[in-house]
Amino acid sequence: MEKLFETLKLAFITLKSNKMRSLLTMLGVIIGVTSVILLIAIGSGLKVYITAQFESIGANILYIMPGEFELGSGEEGGGIQGAGMAASKLTIEQGRDLVQRSTAIKAVMPYTENNATVSYKGKSQTTQAAGVTYEYTKIRDQYPESGSFFTLSQQEAGKKVVILGKTVAEKLFGENDPLGKKVTISENKFTVLGVLPSQGALAGVDTDNQIFIPVTTALTTFDMENIIGFWLQAKDQESIEQAKIEAEEIMLRTLDDDDFSVVDTESLLSVVGQVLGALTVALAGIAAISLIVGGIGIMNIMLVSIAERTKEIGLRKAIGATPKIILIQFLIESVVLSVGGGITGIIIGVLGAALINQFFPAVITFWSILLAFFVSVIIGVIFGVVPAGKAAKLNPIQALRYE
Amino acid sequence: MKILQLDNVSKTYNAGSQPLHVLKKVNLEIEKGDFIAIMGPSGSGKSTLMHIAGCLDVPTSGKVIFENKDVSKLSEAELAQIRNKKIGFVFQTFNLIPRTTTLDNVQLPLIYAGVEAEKRRTRARETLEQLGLKERAFHFPNQLSGGEQQRTAIARALINKPSIILADEPTGNLDSKTGKEIIDIFKKLNKEGNTVVLVTHDEQIAKNARKIIRIYDGEIV
Repeated sequence: MEKLFETLKLAFITLKSNKMRSLLTMLGVIIGVTSVILLIAIGSGLKVYITAQFESIGANILYIMPGEFELGSGEEGGGIQGAGMAASKLTIEQGRDLVQRSTAIKAVMPYTENNATVSYKGKSQTTQAAGVTYEYTKIRDQYPESGSFFTLSQQEAGKKVVILGKTVAEKLFGENDPLGKKVTISENKFTVLGVLPSQGALAGVDTDNQIFIPVTTALTTFDMENIIGFWLQAKDQESIEQAKIEAEEIMLRTLDDDDFSVVDTESLLSVVGQVLGALTVALAGIAAISLIVGGIGIMNIMLVSIAERTKEIGLRKAIGATPKIILIQFLIESVVLSVGGGITGIIIGVLGAALINQFFPAVITFWSILLAFFVSVIIGVIFGVVPAGKAAKLNPIQALRYE
Repeated sequence: MKILQLDNVSKTYNAGSQPLHVLKKVNLEIEKGDFIAIMGPSGSGKSTLMHIAGCLDVPTSGKVIFENKDVSKLSEAELAQIRNKKIGFVFQTFNLIPRTTTLDNVQLPLIYAGVEAEKRRTRARETLEQLGLKERAFHFPNQLSGGEQQRTAIARALINKPSIILADEPTGNLDSKTGKEIIDIFKKLNKEGNTVVLVTHDEQIAKNARKIIRIYDGEIV
């Protein structure tokens, strides 16, 4: 114990006497640990944020998407496969079928998505035009802050009416009241019925840059035959499974198995989680390469340091240091270097993540700090053991004669 | 009392094709309280003799008996412990550790012996005072004169109260006046009961010892 404390003290004295060199050696580990911490923080932040977004969508929601949507357990390694990428065979009529034939489904909303330019008196805004039904407000639990949403009869008549997202309203009308005004979408005049409140931005994407028109109108305006998907709302939490089974049965009456998929929020979230998890691990893995480079830097400087201190090692051995003590002395030195770098990297990483969190979701996880700390200890040991072993094996007589 | 006994000690190095016989069946006995000078030209084997006597090296053949214990077959770690507790080395180039103070240099053997900090410091101060270095305790080696550095090295050799002090050309890097001071220290230490072995090639220095052993071509003559 006494010896260990003295060796630790000695390591600090030695590293302090070569401040610049120690700092540069630590830099590799500092950069590696900082980037690992930051990347894991961003990955976790994104996951937390997306989960929250999904949870805000509303309860008991299911989706029907065109094509096959396979979850993580798929034979080809998992992830999303082909969902939404196949040409859609979904129609509004299938939606009517779903409402009539199922017992567990409370509401069905067919929807479309198109890029569109909205213009008003020379001002224009490129936005996303969502074709939805009057039930959108109920399903998403989102109501206009001014004006109103369109009604069932307006929807069935295919009226050219539009509800604007906050950003679109501000860009086109500024301080003026947009209600009742006519905007141009795809060479058609649409009457503004309402404006939705701000939803905020998701990972830099403005979710308020959207407009909503009746899905029937959307099909004719954008000259489409098929919709992009359905939102389904189950009666309650318990009937989600039943709703899913029924939806599949009903859809199979008109479509093949691989033409559509029924997905619930939970499985969608688990896929998003998997994708983000894999991405985080991959990025952190790349960052970890710089840790290995940092380790090589430590090994290099330890070999230099041992060569410089050959005579000192000889003297220490002559007055009674055993090979084990010499080994520990140099091992501690390299571990102090790498752990010093690790702790500095953790501090910079945590501060950096806090800063990033002002603009982008970043969450510091305790396990990433723990991981970074132990990885830096391990790097110190792994890259220190070869130089330290070399020092321990030095022949005292030859070491003493070394000039 | 016999401290050290070399019994037919040989040391052979396999350098190149021909084995190099550095020591050839050397017999030597060192009694407690001896003051011996080992003399010989360079390459005679006197350094190797000192290394074996100081447990820094083991013989190729023959026996080394240190305080009634055969040390010729011990492991490196076991030899390190004997060096730590029983032998005090003084070198030509002082070999102080540059980044640490005089006090820390002197107490280094006690750290390896596992002595606790308070005791270590007290003993290091006492030993420094004995060698007239009390004022220099917190100086670094590069702030000391050659003589002071060598006296620090002697303090380090003495601190563990060794059975034998081995000095390898201790005056080699010093001017003659300082060299004489250092030799006087060894004479005084010997008078106080310490066993001193001095390796030198200088007749004037060797004369101070009570007994001179001459070595030539690996043999004692």
